[in-house]
Amino acid sequence: MAPVLVLWLAVCLSVTWAVDRGNFKTCDQSAFCKRQRALKPAESPYRALLETMELTNTRLTLQLINDNNKVRLLLELYRLQGNMTRVKINELKPLKPRYEVPDVLIREPPTEPLSLLSQDENGVVLSLGAESQRVIVSARPFRLDIMEGRDVLMSLNSRGLLAFEHLRMRKDTQVEPEAEKKEEGDPANQSETTKEEEEKVEDGMWEETFKSHSDSKPNGPSAVSLDFSLPGVEHVYGIPEHADTLRLKTTDNGDPYRLYNLDVFQYELYNPMALYGAVPVMLAHNAQRTTGIFWLNAAETWVDISSNTAGKTVFGKMLDYVQGSSETPQTDVRWISESGIIDVFIMLGPTPNDVFSQYASLTGTQSFPPLAAVGYHQCRWNYNDQEDVTSVDAGFDEHDIPYDYIWLDIEHTDGKRYFTWDPHKFATPKEMLQGLMDKKRKMVAIVDPHIKVDSNYKIHNEIRSRGFYIKNKDGGDYEGWCWPGSAGYPDFTRADMREWWASMFAYDQYEGSMENLYTWNDMNEPSVFNGPEVTMHKDAVHGAWEHRDVHNLYGFYVQMATAEGLIQRSGGVERPFVLTRAFFAGSQRYGAVWTGDNAAEWEHLKISIPMCLSLGLVGISFCGADVGGFFKSPSTELLVRWYQTGAYQPFFRAHAHLDTPRREPWLFGPENTALIREAVRQRYALLPYWYQQFYHAHRTGQPIMRPLWVEYPQDPATFALDDEFLIGRDLLVHPVTEEGARGVTAYLPGKGEVWFDVQTFQKHNGAQNLYIPVTMSSIPVFQRGGSIIPKKIRVRRASSCMMHDPYTLYVALNPQRTAEGKLYIDDGHTFNYEKKEFIHRRLSFTNNILSSVNLAPDAQFTTQSWIERIVILGASKPSTVTLKTADGKESQLEFDFDASMSVLTLRKPGMNAGVDWNVMLQ
Amino acid sequence: MCCQYILLLLLLGVSGGVSAVEVQRPRGVPLSKRQFYEEDKPFTCLDGSRNIPFDRVNDDYCDCQDGSDEPGTAACPNGSFHCTNAGFRPGFIPSSRINDGICDCCDTTDEYNSGAACQNTCRELGRKERESLQKMAEIAKEGFLLKQQLIQEAKRGLEDKKAKYADVQLSKNEFEKRVEALRTVKETAEQPEKEAKERHLKAWEGKLGCESISPSTVCTEHYITDSIVSLINIFLARLSCLDATYNSTAQKARDAFDEAERALREVDDQIKNLEKEISFDFGPTAEFAYLYSQCYELTSSEYIYRLCPFNRVSQKPKYGGSETNLGTWGQWAGPEDNPYSIMKYEHGTGCWQGPNRSTTIKLTCGKETVLTSTSEPSRCEYLMEFTSPAVCQEPSSLDSVLHEHEEL
Repeated sequence: MAPVLVLWLAVCLSVTWAVDRGNFKTCDQSAFCKRQRALKPAESPYRALLETMELTNTRLTLQLINDNNKVRLLLELYRLQGNMTRVKINELKPLKPRYEVPDVLIREPPTEPLSLLSQDENGVVLSLGAESQRVIVSARPFRLDIMEGRDVLMSLNSRGLLAFEHLRMRKDTQVEPEAEKKEEGDPANQSETTKEEEEKVEDGMWEETFKSHSDSKPNGPSAVSLDFSLPGVEHVYGIPEHADTLRLKTTDNGDPYRLYNLDVFQYELYNPMALYGAVPVMLAHNAQRTTGIFWLNAAETWVDISSNTAGKTVFGKMLDYVQGSSETPQTDVRWISESGIIDVFIMLGPTPNDVFSQYASLTGTQSFPPLAAVGYHQCRWNYNDQEDVTSVDAGFDEHDIPYDYIWLDIEHTDGKRYFTWDPHKFATPKEMLQGLMDKKRKMVAIVDPHIKVDSNYKIHNEIRSRGFYIKNKDGGDYEGWCWPGSAGYPDFTRADMREWWASMFAYDQYEGSMENLYTWNDMNEPSVFNGPEVTMHKDAVHGAWEHRDVHNLYGFYVQMATAEGLIQRSGGVERPFVLTRAFFAGSQRYGAVWTGDNAAEWEHLKISIPMCLSLGLVGISFCGADVGGFFKSPSTELLVRWYQTGAYQPFFRAHAHLDTPRREPWLFGPENTALIREAVRQRYALLPYWYQQFYHAHRTGQPIMRPLWVEYPQDPATFALDDEFLIGRDLLVHPVTEEGARGVTAYLPGKGEVWFDVQTFQKHNGAQNLYIPVTMSSIPVFQRGGSIIPKKIRVRRASSCMMHDPYTLYVALNPQRTAEGKLYIDDGHTFNYEKKEFIHRRLSFTNNILSSVNLAPDAQFTTQSWIERIVILGASKPSTVTLKTADGKESQLEFDFDASMSVLTLRKPGMNAGVDWNVMLQ
Repeated sequence: MCCQYILLLLLLGVSGGVSAVEVQRPRGVPLSKRQFYEEDKPFTCLDGSRNIPFDRVNDDYCDCQDGSDEPGTAACPNGSFHCTNAGFRPGFIPSSRINDGICDCCDTTDEYNSGAACQNTCRELGRKERESLQKMAEIAKEGFLLKQQLIQEAKRGLEDKKAKYADVQLSKNEFEKRVEALRTVKETAEQPEKEAKERHLKAWEGKLGCESISPSTVCTEHYITDSIVSLINIFLARLSCLDATYNSTAQKARDAFDEAERALREVDDQIKNLEKEISFDFGPTAEFAYLYSQCYELTSSEYIYRLCPFNRVSQKPKYGGSETNLGTWGQWAGPEDNPYSIMKYEHGTGCWQGPNRSTTIKLTCGKETVLTSTSEPSRCEYLMEFTSPAVCQEPSSLDSVLHEHEEL
């Protein structure tokens, strides 16, 4: 490693084990946040000019005027298909265009007609179609209320916090600001100019410094802000990424939640500081309804949450209740962004799944990964050389632990030049990749977006000569420090740049690459070691826009371009796999994310659950945390528990910092090797179910890893749970995340439902807190009564080795003695499923008949896999079991009945997994 | 695909020729267990847990908890498959590797239904292994001879050391006596001085001037004052008076005594070192003794690594820069059955945000004593390979291994 870099690291990274908060801004240190937050709820200065209203078939437009400064805004209101309302507010006549986020919406959202219900001088009432939903636009002061029947679902600007800093000429340097303004000639404005409405010039409007960094702000103040009131709501979720609880906290006594993609060294838990990614989507939930707010803005954003019930004790709430004096609980939310416009999508639910499909209709669904990517990933910074890779690969076989991908971090490159290989340590990458391919395994190599400034480096020369680098405020190529030393940052907001980048993944461009090499995009916040808050200067220039406008989109675009590259290199045949650290709304379309540089601590293991749950709620299902913890060295117990937890989270990858001792699964004694092996094997056995969940998420936008309240939306006991979760609908996982735990208490939801321990098949009733004694081998997982889960219990060394293996079906009966599940099969790695090459079947058990019916009769795919075993939980003993296949043939099946656990096992029914059949118990 | 039987062509190496014998048994069963799989009888799971009809052996469904009913399929999660590997070494693979599309057995028998295009590589592997074993055997043979020399040398060295130890022990007695004698001389010589001192002290306590005890005129000029500073000065001055008076005789005696004591200490050190060397664990027959106080170097592209066995390991940048300690001698750290195969050096220079550096040395048999490779598998944990004849095993034991491998 270059001594300069070591020195640099030593200087820029704190030596203590905690985030250096001083490196990151508080709201008070971020001028626009401070300015906006100083505004307190009051009567809004904005008034709707009803006479300017225009109502077309697709939208309503209306001017708003700020009575303090007479600046006019244009409000656009759309009713969107699928029970959504879009509210857009921009300056009516901005000095220059304001940034509107492109590429995040998968299309211009289709609208539905709005109709005028009534109108008077106080406002207008518009119908939102069915279910007596209306929007009330009040004129003075301006506010919007969305109602259903007599209930207000959501109010906008009800607290008067709408603020829109209009673009303006800088006055302290203007010679004749007054004259110029008069000449502008808007008659409505002109009459008012004599009034005292001069905007105060505050500190930080035209220039701002943080630590040694100054932000030149040539466009002056440009912040936007709006408040939302949610009557009847006490639980709000989402707006990742924060290392915090699932249920968002009120922010009255501290900073707002911040959304600003940052490379935070050794992040702290349970606080609202910004992390690597930002998805400006919040969900609000109560027992009656779930709604969502999508604030489409890519600039630095802060979100304040307050609640009228926060701080009230349970006793206080009870008192309110008995005295009947209870005011309706209400949560108030306020969004503040540094630039851009207000463009907000209000998703009206009413169910959680409705909100997921509404959001998916805007930004798309989780990409469908290759099956192998759902397996286990072995990573470390760094596997030293090809020999090291070979020996780790062999270690997995020697210890009979399956894995699919081995990863290479930055040290694999030739001097941190991405797309290259260290000529000594990785002299023959194709040989290495072929070795892995021979074992049906794959590799991921890192490709970061900072490009070493080096005139002998092809990638740099090309980007420079094509003018693809982001520019600094003075027009030169922006340069910052990162792993390679001085580095340039390609402007991924440019479509032509992304196209070129994608072409670099072609096999003839990316030397040493093969079809089993995939990509990892790290440091794409972007991380700039010597930049303000370890990121890029906000006055850096992306064509017509400032970095300020696009910051939170950068990582999104990097992953987009990379995924596109992996698709293109195979001629559009193969599904890509790209992991990213930074993300934005819509990133789900391009691959997986992980929770960044966590630490080998129990609290970090715990927080992995709410962090991934929060991401899942806003569309990003393919989430995981570094198993074992990135920084520091885990105790053996923590490592084992982390494997057990990670095995039940969507993205399952172990990773470790360069400075930590090795921690491959077999380095902690045979007992622990066996525990880790068992956890990984449980993952592999469940791959058919996981894969099906990914397919479902890809089709519907529903999260894979879900909070319990999503499936039990009327049970308040589930609303704040974040130490357990569901995978799909049917598996409940309560990982052990306490050191030295002797037991865990899991809440099993669902009155009248039952849950089966997947190891012992013990049946438990729903709607109870269940104490489960645990040992080191315990991973408390329960299958919902009423579900059917397919598994492949012949676990092999990599997922593709299991392709043709037979299925075991786990049929867990509910008290009504029915169950239902699905089976999805395709080739596991191509886009051919889009051409209907797959098998999708519904498995259902009712009236003592288990049957498989085709859910996609127009799809075509054949499989060698068959049904080797059917395990029925909660069954009674039949006298005969008859299998009937599509050709009408009947045969008797042998079975085994365990009366103590009521488990019926049908031996070797043997039918192909892709055909119709039924099994009758008599 | 029920009941997989295979006809195994059993090649028995018989001197002068090869004859083939056919042995029928279910797929994946080793010869040693053939008797448990009898076609006409119900099969008893090898753990005794269950009886099943024989047609359920290798029927691709797992009936036995221990996996013994499916030796030739992947149906049991804990099963194992026996590859005969004629021409090479027979072995077991986990049954999850049967028909997984990856060739594991060199005789290709594990991939009988996966479509994987496996080549039978057993003969080639066998040949290579024999060659390498042969080579190793040659090295071992020569190395073992060298080792005998080393053992002899070590024995001689040990005898020498023991003899020297005895000598030194003897001389230690001499030195002790001498020290005692000189102590008496010294004490006698010091007696007047001591008395003078005592008197002086008394006088001091009685606040007497130094003129009463000292002939020195310098001293007489001092007066007792209340000032502490001057008191100290006076005391120091008085001592110098004493020195001036008694220096010559007492000092000579003292010097002689100190000299003798120093010599005794040296002898003690020598004894300690000898004891350490004599009792040091240089292996069961002291074959590693020759490494003591030697150093071996290996140069990589960036660093020069230096191993001084039983002392320390270090690393120095090739192009200038200071040396880093990669660990000092800790202990033998091989597995229980072969503790002298690994050396551990610990507590080297600390790492930034990491542990102290440490080094593991793997020893293998070689004719020469060479540091052959070095790596850093984990940050600040070094691994080196080191060959030495001292590790070589008796070749006869290797011969038997080699012989075994030629069998099925």
